[in-house]
Amino acid sequence: MTIQRKAVALISGGLDSMLAARVIMEQGVHVEGINFFTGFCVEGHTHAIRKKDKAKPKRNNALWVAEQLGIKLHIVDVIEPYKTVVLNPKHGYGANLNPCLDCKGFMVTKAYEWIQQHKFDFIITGEVMGQRPMSQRKDTLPVIQKESGAGDLLVRPLCAKKLPPTLPEREGWLDRDELYDFAGRSRKPQMALAEKFGIKEYAKPAGGCCFLTDESYSKKLADLWQTRGTRDYELDDIMLLKVGRHLRPRPHFKVIISREEGETKFMEGYRKSFTHLRILSHGGPLALIDGDTGNDDLRLAAQLVARYSQGRDADHVDLAIHHLNGDVEQLSVTPLKQENIPQDWYV
Amino acid sequence: MSEHHLDARNILCPLPVIRTQDAVQELDKGDWLIVVCTDPGALNDIPMWSRINGHKILDMKNDNDEITITIEVNGLGS
Repeated sequence: MTIQRKAVALISGGLDSMLAARVIMEQGVHVEGINFFTGFCVEGHTHAIRKKDKAKPKRNNALWVAEQLGIKLHIVDVIEPYKTVVLNPKHGYGANLNPCLDCKGFMVTKAYEWIQQHKFDFIITGEVMGQRPMSQRKDTLPVIQKESGAGDLLVRPLCAKKLPPTLPEREGWLDRDELYDFAGRSRKPQMALAEKFGIKEYAKPAGGCCFLTDESYSKKLADLWQTRGTRDYELDDIMLLKVGRHLRPRPHFKVIISREEGETKFMEGYRKSFTHLRILSHGGPLALIDGDTGNDDLRLAAQLVARYSQGRDADHVDLAIHHLNGDVEQLSVTPLKQENIPQDWYV
Repeated sequence: MSEHHLDARNILCPLPVIRTQDAVQELDKGDWLIVVCTDPGALNDIPMWSRINGHKILDMKNDNDEITITIEVNGLGS
């Protein structure tokens, strides 16, 4: 009797990993999905927070893909161990603070540990040679195999024919002829394969799944490290970088101002951890103060927050400052004029 | 059957799913897990995760943006 081989597929929620899993399922292999949550995943986060994105589906695309494929999905929290990847990437960063090659190596390493613990036979990824400038180059694909320890238990079904045969191919668990030779940045082969499989709906074809590839987000993270004098972060730090306007009027403090109702609601969850400001006399945002502040700083922050309230053109705006010790202080300020907010305050 | 509670408020997708997944791993078939969360994404994600993994959604409520989902572990027979 033939043994049914088992593979775990790294499922990002995009098309390539969906196709890679499907190609292997077509060969009679039992496939389950794995998805790693680093804290920087874009996924449903921003859609969930921001009210204006209510029309967008608030779904986790990796789960959705797994359901479409009819496979189980294991979502693994790697927030803590992933810090080493972000803070000290052996292969450096891409255009922003994206450590793509280290990231892929980390995920394959974790998947390799997982298949050993769960007695699976090999790993599948949706990588395509030449598709990404850092992690999916001809010279970097072998680096991931080597540094993860997965070696030739790592199968890339979409570009397998461009690579040496892996163990599952050599052992006959997989028919190499039924694998693919995709290369380059064109998405046409993937779209044709999706059509062949009858896959009509899928998330955005490539990229955009990680906040670290975003220039604005990376600047905020760099600012966090610089002003704290240490390259470290907690989950709450990196979550808050995803919401609100961030303004740093003085080196020792930053003001995070919600931009709409959804963000206000989300930031309410952090109000006990930060001195925060609420507008009393007009409609307006919630603002969190990150850093140590004196009275002058708080007055300046209040003027700044008032600028983003419905009282921006009023002579005075009344606010409440909620201190960390529970004290509430009321003050009335003149909103700052837009022309008096230096551009370099915007993080 | 025993009833268990999970507070997954003020965390965003996919953390409510991960916390649910971790809690369910500790439970027995037929146990109920009542998850409270605030991320509207959970309205899709927790049922989706449950279907994929053979758990049954017994009830879902959304009161003032606080979502309560009751899951029967392995209620779909997986």
